[in-house]
This record gives sequence, structure tokens and C-alpha cells, in this order.
Amino acid sequence: MSVETQVVDEPEVNRRDFIHIATGAMFAVGGAMVAWPFIDQMNPSADVRALATIEVDLSALEPGMGMKAMYRGKPLFVRRRTEAELAELKDVSISELRDPQEDTARVVEGKEEFLVILGVCTHLGCVPLGTAVGEKRGDYNGWYCPCHGSHYDVSGRIRKGPAPKNLEVPFYEYITDTTIKVGQEV
Amino acid sequence: MGHNYKSKYENPVVNWIDTRLPIFWLVDTAVGAGHPTPKNLNYWWNFGSLAGLCLVVQLITGIVLAMHYTPHADMAFASVEHIMRDVNYGWLIRYIHANGASMFFIVVFIHIFRGLYYGSYKAPRELLWMLGVTILLLMMATAFMGYVLPWGQMSFWGATVITNLFSAIPYVGDSIVTLLWGGFSVDNPTLARFFSLHYLLPFVITGTVILHIWALNMPGSNNPSGIDVKGPADTIPFHPYYTIKDLFGIAVFLAFFSAFIFFMPNALGHPDNYIPADPLATPSHIVPEWYFLPFYAILRAVPDKLLGVVAMFGSIAVLFVLPWLDTSKVRSATFRPVYKWFFWIFVVVNFGLGWCGQADTDRVLIPLGTDKTAVAENIAARLEPASRAELLANVPSDMEVMKKYAERAGMSDLAFDRLVDAELISFQVVHLSQILTAWYFFHFLVLLPLLGYFEKTRPLPESLSSPIAADAMPAE
Repeated sequence: MSVETQVVDEPEVNRRDFIHIATGAMFAVGGAMVAWPFIDQMNPSADVRALATIEVDLSALEPGMGMKAMYRGKPLFVRRRTEAELAELKDVSISELRDPQEDTARVVEGKEEFLVILGVCTHLGCVPLGTAVGEKRGDYNGWYCPCHGSHYDVSGRIRKGPAPKNLEVPFYEYITDTTIKVGQEV
Repeated sequence: MGHNYKSKYENPVVNWIDTRLPIFWLVDTAVGAGHPTPKNLNYWWNFGSLAGLCLVVQLITGIVLAMHYTPHADMAFASVEHIMRDVNYGWLIRYIHANGASMFFIVVFIHIFRGLYYGSYKAPRELLWMLGVTILLLMMATAFMGYVLPWGQMSFWGATVITNLFSAIPYVGDSIVTLLWGGFSVDNPTLARFFSLHYLLPFVITGTVILHIWALNMPGSNNPSGIDVKGPADTIPFHPYYTIKDLFGIAVFLAFFSAFIFFMPNALGHPDNYIPADPLATPSHIVPEWYFLPFYAILRAVPDKLLGVVAMFGSIAVLFVLPWLDTSKVRSATFRPVYKWFFWIFVVVNFGLGWCGQADTDRVLIPLGTDKTAVAENIAARLEPASRAELLANVPSDMEVMKKYAERAGMSDLAFDRLVDAELISFQVVHLSQILTAWYFFHFLVLLPLLGYFEKTRPLPESLSSPIAADAMPAE
């Protein structure tokens, strides 16, 4: 084959370019397909995912009592608040709060007595005191974190100390009148 | 290279790095465009890069499996099932790893037989070959310990049998076995150390592979003609010619590999290993993984415990000295008409040993009838002297006549039948193993040293680029 015929036969984008690009594309797709299982294996396995939700029976809680449960490896606090505590919460001025949030936004309508929160301080992750009988409840009668002195109120909102946010309210729903299902299946 | 190395790369960043750390130079001269390679390599030369691929696959899948596996006697089996059922794509990763071990051995065995056929172990590649045999030994140790980790019945009893090999060592054998076990039997301490070493050894293999490639790069690859490269006309650059050929081989190999992973993932395993380890019950038919079968056959061929172990390890040790056992100056079997035949016989012998390794040793292959003299002697011992002399002087070929003597000696029918059964002669698997084992060592220790002196080799081509001048061809 002479040089001349090569020039005539080969367009600017020739077959070899096509083969190179097709090969590269196949490598990219194949590489991604191989990589995916090796990355996804690090995600929570089926036995871990099976524990993504828990059911908590609240029927034994009397007003003023609290309970703890284990949810996704963390403590879950439930407190049944008294009429007096709920009345007191109504007097709090939202604008004064560090993380402004109405108490009604933190409970289920019609079930205002029951506060369900994660027992993880929003400062550096310690477990606040105040759920079990005899534990220190802090200046606002809610929870008190012993690590760096954060005070939370009866709604689990941060009132004093270094924590930036209110105690987190996880996703939950009432599946019976007295039983909640915490978390969403993943 | 050496002091004052100045990189030749035009890209300033590459040049800057390469001048200080010649990593680009290293890759380029090892597997790149800067590595001149014989131009006549055939597809048997693909298996080196395939072996490298297998090592990488085993490393990656193994590291991932270790994230989910629990090396404890009480939890190991369940953790493997956890990998199979719960971990995302755990089944895939474990099946790749388990079948990957078999693939690795298939590839390495072919790689070794290619070396045997084309004389790749001969000067100046002796160290290259010995490093390869070292890799084989390390692979065997790694594979064995890996097979123990699922802690199934085959894991447990395989570990028991193989570690007990060391009890054959005189005087200190039992102490060594106790040391290996970390107890009085295979148990949790054994599992924990096997896991640790199973994780370590692949990196030792990787290091040895780097030495293997380094030793390869000094003389360069052997080739199907087995003659030295004479000049640039005999070579082509490794990249892109052999990188693309290796890639094609990898694609074909992965298709073969995937067929096992996706369609018959347990074909090469044993169902018994899905039964949790039970120290109180040995499986009725215990065999090692297929890649150990030829060596297992050699072990069982020798009736003496110590000598059996010596023969088994000797079958690999002999490979270390192969470069000095083969006295022929010609490398490639292409030009060795006699060796070529013995090579293929040797291949068949190895397959035969592999078959023997999985069969029961006392399985009868060819029944050869009854040892009548032995039966007669046994009966004669119970007869009075006159009849005894008569029987022994003229051993009857008819078993009915024999039975008459037995009756005269006061033997019951049952006792007679038992005696006849006990004196059956047959050609059994163990005998075949012995013949094949003998041939294995005969091939290396007698045949190869002698062939170099007696074989009339064919004329070698001038060079790779002017192959086989017509007048150099032997008259067929």
C-alpha cells in the first residue's frame, strides 16, 4: 500500500480511532462494573440493615418517667412528660433559643406527652444524663451532658453549654396507640 | 543506570520525578515500550501475566473477605455464611477468591510446563526458575492455610492431615506438630495463626514475584525456539505488542474464570466443607484440593510414613535442581525429538498422579486372581506331614481341589473363603501411584541427565529473524 492511497482511504477519524475509543469505553464500563461490588461490600450488610428499625412499647410509661432503648447502636430516650412540664414549655420564648424549634414540631400531634429523642449530645457525642431515675437533669429539668456541661430542656432543646443543636428527634411513627416504630427500613 | 542518571522523558513533571526516582524508567523497561521482547512468543507465554493477574485478584478479594471474616473456631464457619448471605456481593467476592485459587494453580501449572517444554530453566535463567519454584511452594502453603479458614469438615481434617506430615520427622516430629497447632490438636490457636499467615504470605509471594520479574528482565524472555536473541531484528517492544496480546489472553481467561464463578462455583470444592468442623468425626472420603492431588498421590505411594513425606517434598525439591539435571545444551523441545516425547509422557504421568490422588489407594484396577501358593501354604500348615508335603509339592490350580485339602485340614467353608479373599492379588491404585511416582523421579534424575548425552538434537535456526534456513531442516 502506497502512502498516497493511505491518505486517500483514511478519513480524519479513522477505524483505528474507533477501535481505541471503543476499547477504552469497554474498559471504563467493565472497570466500573468490577469496582461496584468491591465498594458496595463496605455498605451495611443485610444483618445490619435488618436492625435499621426497632419497635418500642410505651404502655408502661407513667407521666414523669423515662426509658432508654438501643437504636442503630445508639441510645434512644423516651420521656412521658407531665402536664406541668408541658405547660411550662408553652412559656418559653422561641426567639431566645440557640436552635429555635417549637416543642410541637418535636412530637407527634395528639401524643404531645411522649418525647422521643436520640441520647447523643450534639456537642461531641456523649450520652446526656436525665432519663433514668436519680440522674442529674440540668438547669432546665431535661437532660445534662456530663462531658462538657450542656443543658437541655424538657423538649430536648439546647439551652446552655457548648452544644450547637437540639437533641435529634429520629424518624418514628405510631403503629398502635402505645407502640412506636423508630427508623426507616434501608 | 547508576549515578547521574538523567531521565529522557520530555514531559517536565515525568522527567523531574523520573530523574529522582526512576519509576517510569522501571515500568518502561520491565513491561513497556523500552523492553525488547523476542518476536516469536506464542500463546503459552501469556500465562506469566495471567499468573500476575491471579495474584492481584486474590489479594484484592482476600483483603475484602478479611473485612467480614472472623478467625475464631466458634465463629469462622458462621462468618463465612454471613459473607455468603448478608454482605453485599459477598457471595461474588468469596466465589472469586475460592475459584481464583484454582485458577491461579491452573495458570501456574501451565506456566511451569511451558518452562519445562521450552527449557526456560536453563542458563542463564536458573535463578529465575528457582524463584518460580519458590513462588509455587509459597502458593501451596498459602492455599492450604486459606482452605482451613472456613472451618468446615474438609478444612479441619485437611489441616489435621497436612500438619501431621511433620510428625514423620524423627525424634522432634511430635513436638513440631504441637508447635504448629499451638495445642494438642488443630483448634482455635491453629486457626488464628493460619489466618495471620494466610494474610502475610501473599505479600511474600508478591515480593518474590518482583524478584522473579527482575530476574526475567536480565536475560529477557526465553522463546519457542529457545535460542538467544541476536539483535534488534529479533525483538519487538513489549508495549504495545505483548501488552495487547496479554490483554487478549486475559479476556479469554476471565471468560473461563467467570464460567466457574457464575455457573459452577462449587465444582472444584468438596460438599463436606459446608459441614462445620467436627473434631470427633472424620469425613469418609478425605482428599485435598485438586491442585495438591499429584503430590498427595506421591505421598501415599510410599508405604513408609517418613519416606512418603520425603518423596512428596522431594517431588518439588527436584525442581530446584532441574537446571543442573538437564544436561542438554538445547533449550526448546522443538529441536529435541526424544525429549519432546518424554515431556508429553511426563505430562500424562502428572495427570495420572492427579487421578490417583483422588482415588482410594486400595481400589482394584486390575484383578489378578488368587495367590494359590500362599493359600496352599496356609492350608498345609494345618495338615499332617504327609499331606502337607503332597500339597506343597503340587499346588493345585483348581480351587475345588484346594478346598478338598482345606476340608481335610478341618477348615470350615467360611474360613476357607476368608483365606481365599485375603490372598487375592490385584493391581490397585497404590501400585499405579508407585509406578507413576517412580517415573516422576526417573524423568528428572535419570532421563534428563542422560538425554543430554544421547539425544541427537535438530539443527537450531540461525536467529529468530532468519528462522530455519531450508538446508538446516532435518530430512523428515
